[in-house]
Amino acid sequence: MIGSDRAMLILLAVVAVLPPVLSALGEPFLTVILSRALIFATAALSLDLILGFGAMVSFGHAAYLGIGAYAAGILAANGLTGLEVQVPVALAAAGVFALVTGAISLRTSGVHFIMITLAFGQMAFFLMTSLSAYGGDDGQALAAPSTLFGIAVFDGAARFFYATLAVLALAWLGLRTITRSRFGRVLAGTREDPARMQAMGFSPFGYRLTAYVISGMVAALAGVLLANHAAYISPSYMSWARSGELIAMVALGGMGTLTGPVLGALAFVLAEEALAKLTTHWRLPFGAAVVLAVLFTRGGLMGALSRTRGRK
Amino acid sequence: MTNLLILQGLNGLQAGILLFLVAAGLTLVFGVMDVINLAHGAQYMVGTYLAAAFTGLTGSFLAGLALAVPATLIFGLAVEFLVIRRLYDRSHLDQVLVTFGLMLMLNEGVRMIWGAGPISVEMPGALSGSIPVWGKLRYPVYRLAILGAGLAVAVGLWWAINRTRTGMLLRAGATNRAMVSALGTDINRLFLLVFGAGAMLAGFAGAMMVPVVSAEPDMGDTVLILTFVVIVIGGIGSIRGAFVAALLVGLVDTLGRSFGPILLRSLLPPDAAGQAGRTLAPMLIYILMALILALRPAGLFPVKR
Amino acid sequence: MTPALSVQSLTKSFGALKVSDAITFDVAEGELHAIIGPNGAGKTTLIHQLSGSLAPDAGRIAMAGQDITRLSMPARARLGLARSFQITRILAGFTLLENVALAVQARSGSSFRFLRPVAREAALNDQAAEALVTVGLGQSARRIAGTLSHGEKRQLEIAIALAMRPKVLLLDEPLAGTGHAESARLSTLIAGLKGRLSIVLIEHDMEAVFALADRISVLVQGRVIATGTPPEIRANAGVRTAYLGEEEG
Ligand SMILES: Nc1ncnc2c1ncn2[C@@H]1O[C@H](COP(=O)(O)OP(=O)(O)OP(=O)(O)O)[C@@H](O)[C@H]1O
Ligand SMILES: [Mg+2]
Repeated sequence: MIGSDRAMLILLAVVAVLPPVLSALGEPFLTVILSRALIFATAALSLDLILGFGAMVSFGHAAYLGIGAYAAGILAANGLTGLEVQVPVALAAAGVFALVTGAISLRTSGVHFIMITLAFGQMAFFLMTSLSAYGGDDGQALAAPSTLFGIAVFDGAARFFYATLAVLALAWLGLRTITRSRFGRVLAGTREDPARMQAMGFSPFGYRLTAYVISGMVAALAGVLLANHAAYISPSYMSWARSGELIAMVALGGMGTLTGPVLGALAFVLAEEALAKLTTHWRLPFGAAVVLAVLFTRGGLMGALSRTRGRK
Repeated sequence: MTNLLILQGLNGLQAGILLFLVAAGLTLVFGVMDVINLAHGAQYMVGTYLAAAFTGLTGSFLAGLALAVPATLIFGLAVEFLVIRRLYDRSHLDQVLVTFGLMLMLNEGVRMIWGAGPISVEMPGALSGSIPVWGKLRYPVYRLAILGAGLAVAVGLWWAINRTRTGMLLRAGATNRAMVSALGTDINRLFLLVFGAGAMLAGFAGAMMVPVVSAEPDMGDTVLILTFVVIVIGGIGSIRGAFVAALLVGLVDTLGRSFGPILLRSLLPPDAAGQAGRTLAPMLIYILMALILALRPAGLFPVKR
Repeated sequence: MTPALSVQSLTKSFGALKVSDAITFDVAEGELHAIIGPNGAGKTTLIHQLSGSLAPDAGRIAMAGQDITRLSMPARARLGLARSFQITRILAGFTLLENVALAVQARSGSSFRFLRPVAREAALNDQAAEALVTVGLGQSARRIAGTLSHGEKRQLEIAIALAMRPKVLLLDEPLAGTGHAESARLSTLIAGLKGRLSIVLIEHDMEAVFALADRISVLVQGRVIATGTPPEIRANAGVRTAYLGEEEG
């Protein structure tokens, strides 16, 4: 765990110095791509709380990205560009959606849970496609970038980059605190053996549902950033393929480590960009890489890291 | 109004039957093999593309259909042999990831081979046109043919599962895995067969639909998710549940889209009713699923294990 | 005095098989009540119903007079009912200390606390460490539970149960599969608990049962065919033919 913390701090530090380096190298656009990777890193972190720590394989997590993005987009279209309004609304909307759908989904487990969260994700997707006032199927441009108490915090690639980095760092710190708290230990206990936890006197449901809600809210925060990054809101943010990608980021990065999903998301987004440069059919090698990685490696990137350093 | 109801009812039944064909394979694969397969929708897509391709080669849709069905079986067997059998002793999460990757590959594969645009197939002459079904109401012959073919397959499947030795093993396997291996059956062969048959049913459903919907990349995704809803409502592993739930989902979805706005108009002002109808209709089956699961978490026909 | 645990006419069937057939017995405060019976007699199924992981078809279970028949397993645990599992269940990825500290946490205040690092809660760790010392695992507190030997896992399970400070403890074959030394240590440990809490002990090791138990109930095909002190059970002709005879012969 200490190792994981150090890896995360090194990662954040390295990423933080990249924008000036990249513009010095004449590749300022990479900063924009990197911002996108950081947003997905935040979303992957949030998924790790339920997937890695709570063993809940949610296949509808992209819905929360979408809820965050639409909260920002709808408010902006109505003249409310302040993050001080957008963020609370995004969090509340995501929290309510997570509370209701989580309460139903968590009555089931295993494959049922996977399929039901997927179905609820689709439900949110169709809800957004039916919002004809906000672009329907196609989505629409963000009316104006979000501000914070009137300050244009997202203005310019570099500013936006550091804002996303700050959100990621905050999300990491927050989730790190939660996973080490009493609550976090109970959550991890339900992952290890729910029957043992019940025999100790814990009812897993309430802990799982709480984690599910927190996780959805953090993902919605990433969604607010995503809308600003693309300057666009679209139902495609919440497609089920996106949920699958988030799971892959967490699982291939290393579940339950917090650092792993961040690594996974960075690797994922950058690989996607690199492959897309080489071929329009990048999904083919990409899919193959996912298949091979799961079949032939264990423990994700973090697992590989700790193995090369002689741990575990 | 009655005519519309009958028309949409038939449409709903036809959609339901197709869903059943896809869902049967998925629910069996899960029930017997304990594998969750996200690439199952892609098998449906592969069926449509193969049917389109073979129709193009032979110049006849019926010949194309006849060639596509065994081809989807072979394709399914190959997928099981190359990938799926490595997943039997893996976690559901690993299965999700691998079959997700597989689905990306298949979707992109057809895009590489056939391009991103839709490929349509001419309706066979004998089956185009429509016939009267109720007074002056006419219904397309081809859709009736799909309905008939789907029902025939459903009956055949029922027979195979309830009246043959393999079917008995399948039913036993879905409820008690250990028993099947105790019977000394070659589990690998049985699994290969189940997966291949499931892929073939999905492929058959897809192939039948080519003249109606035309083949497109990613078309399997929507089908996959509807199929998930079906087998979750029906009870995972239960063929009977899949049948009932598929018809239910087909009907609710179709009727909801056409009658939802009409019904709402009696409650709300027209403008609001239109918007609410457009919003609610696509969500209806998910709401149905949520309701059923809130009451019966294991679905309508839970499989005991 | 109301018994610590009382079971009345508990009945449960799996299809046509009656696994619990009107089971009735009491466990007095501080008593160690052993349940013995041949394989498949329904002992584990009884424990499942007592702990709340399986619902009986009929009958009543009460703890210190309070009806708990319809309570969930966590609710019973919070009332002071602890159990070990026939197939050990521990949190394999946690350290021993974390396993036991969680049991302490379960009974000490809300677990909906999100900020303070639980690893630094001295109160939890101290009591957990104490329970580990009691079962003889004091040296291994930092080990990962999944790496323990079978016998050590059994000891850990008992440490978890003790850390819950239960009023009633259900032990399902705690000695099964343990080595000679471990088994002796566990017997001594259980003997030491006697009188302080009420124990329902299921065990095939007859030597241990007759040495430890205050009273013994004999379960055969879901029915209690005799209840009595060890000498009474030893002398009971019905028990000898139904069970002990075949076991000794
Ligand atoms: N879930 C179940 N469904 C059907 N039958 C069951 C179930 N659980 C147990 N049984 C049957 O009930 C009977 C009693 O089982 P139980 O495990 O309670 O026996 P036991 O006395 O603990 O045996 P052992 O000494 O081997 O541990 C056995 O015949 C067993 O096969
Ligand atoms: Mg037993």
